[in-house]
Amino acid sequence: MSDYILHGRDLQVRYEGRLALAVPEIGIRRGETLAVIGPNGAGKSTLLRILGLLEQPAVGQIMLDSRLVGKGSDLLALRRRFASVFQAPFLIEGTVERNVGLGLRLRRMAPSEVRERTRRWMEQLGIEDLASRQASSLSGGEAQRVSLARAFAIEPDILLLDEPFAALDPLTRENLLRDLQRILHESRVTSVFVTHDRTEAQRLGDRVAVVMDSRVQQVGTPEEVFGRPVSEPVARFVGADNLLAGRVTADREGLLTVNTGSFCVQAFGQIPVGSSVVVCLRPEDLVLGSAPETDSRDSGLNRLPGRVTSLFLTGSQYRAEVDCGHPLVALVAKHSVQALHLAALSEVFVSFKASAAHLIVPQEPEPDVRVALSRRR
Amino acid sequence: MPASPSREAVANVDLIWEGIRKALLLLFTADREVLSIGLLSLRVSLTATAISLLIGIPVGTAIALTRFPARRMVISLINAGMGLPPVVVGLFISILLFRSGPLGFLDLLYTPTAIVIAQVVIAAPIVTSLTLAAVQQIPAKFRLQMLALGASRPQVLWLLLRQARMPMLAAVMAGFGGVISEIGASLMVGGNIRGQTRVLTTATVMETGKGNFDIAIALSLLLLAIVFGVNYLLTVIQQRARTP
Repeated sequence: MSDYILHGRDLQVRYEGRLALAVPEIGIRRGETLAVIGPNGAGKSTLLRILGLLEQPAVGQIMLDSRLVGKGSDLLALRRRFASVFQAPFLIEGTVERNVGLGLRLRRMAPSEVRERTRRWMEQLGIEDLASRQASSLSGGEAQRVSLARAFAIEPDILLLDEPFAALDPLTRENLLRDLQRILHESRVTSVFVTHDRTEAQRLGDRVAVVMDSRVQQVGTPEEVFGRPVSEPVARFVGADNLLAGRVTADREGLLTVNTGSFCVQAFGQIPVGSSVVVCLRPEDLVLGSAPETDSRDSGLNRLPGRVTSLFLTGSQYRAEVDCGHPLVALVAKHSVQALHLAALSEVFVSFKASAAHLIVPQEPEPDVRVALSRRR
Repeated sequence: MPASPSREAVANVDLIWEGIRKALLLLFTADREVLSIGLLSLRVSLTATAISLLIGIPVGTAIALTRFPARRMVISLINAGMGLPPVVVGLFISILLFRSGPLGFLDLLYTPTAIVIAQVVIAAPIVTSLTLAAVQQIPAKFRLQMLALGASRPQVLWLLLRQARMPMLAAVMAGFGGVISEIGASLMVGGNIRGQTRVLTTATVMETGKGNFDIAIALSLLLLAIVFGVNYLLTVIQQRARTP
């Protein structure tokens, strides 16, 4: 028996003949938060609707508690084990309290129980003072809190969150994100959290699934997905901005040398000499320094001379583009920029550990999943 | 020479004032005939509106929520139905109900029921079309959200109609307004028979034609009072949801 509470297999969704989603397998473990990330229109929300039994896939199976959801299933009863929060709160007319209790009243719960739970979850989300306010008079952030309280009040087996913060301003979003993180942590409710925001996924996800081009490209812990993306498009999406094509030229007990044409990079891996690879480096793993220290060829430390071509502030850090024969992007702390007197055209050394360099072996384009699936049927 | 109102115009103004005075007298003394005409009007038009709601709300909702071939054509026809001329409706219902017509055996022509039927034909497209618009303006994702909160299909429909309450009540007002004030159909299928099918509009036309301005004005005032009263009630219901 699998440890998945919710398990999808061979899922395919088509809209007007066009393949919108093809997922050979996806599982959500009991008590975990699975963050689903991907660009807009990649199929994330479609996946969520399929998992939440709100839409039927053209092909495939959904299993809830290892039991197949099929024609004989009581869909309403199964759907009532879920609760969802979408990007827009979609509140009904009436007070905040009425809205928070909506899911419970739909389940015909006793009024005293509805009142008790409604009160408890309004408190959890910090909206107890708004209880008698009309939903139509709320701000965006308040309305989204009501929507979250409404979902949590159901105390579902599985909570589905579809970009709940995408429409909020940064401050409101940060406050809500912090509260959601706390509640998810305390309640340990199984949840699927769809977002196009990488930092939200890193903060909330126990595991992260990357959906791109209608397919689940990678599933793993945030460290795995963000540090060791499986393909170039995934790497680009998760923010590994430095991607260098090269060839493995030497292997010394797992410490590989990759020649990128412009320079050589040392990285760990088990890839045969002669293979084509893509070196993948996250900007935050690159360190800028002013003077070369001792030769570091054997320590696995890479050190490349270069010239800063652009430097600008993004949030609390600087983003520096350094031309080392191939442009590399590095994130630099403010104080480092000052200490190094960094400016455009500064001569610097870019260094990074061999362990920070992740190697991707470019894959042949996959055969169309449709073919594989139709053969299996 | 300064312009002065002609003698004829002065006489007309006097006539109107005299009419209003007598009309108020008729209303305040609760003239039996005027009141019974008013009550019949109210009964016929409320019944017709109620039946139109029973037809229009489910049909409008169903069309709003489903996709089928020729849907756009059907919607266009319903929308065109909002402008259905009452005389045309009156003519066709008359033909249907004539003793020799296909529904002649029902013996309904020149009865209040015939007026109700004609008014339903007038009001149903109005209610259907406005319901359709009201339900359609609610985003499809609202429905999805309600389903995702555990609503059954009937619960989703109920929540949708509740959410569309403002425009839905406008549909009721438009439907009622359309039938209480029409004359063509009532006259043709009702026949303006005293004590049986005489309603406010048909009676007003007749009394005006006879030169009985006082009665005509009394009937008009009553019609205005009914239209205002019913709409006031509906507006109170409609706006209650909005006040914090």
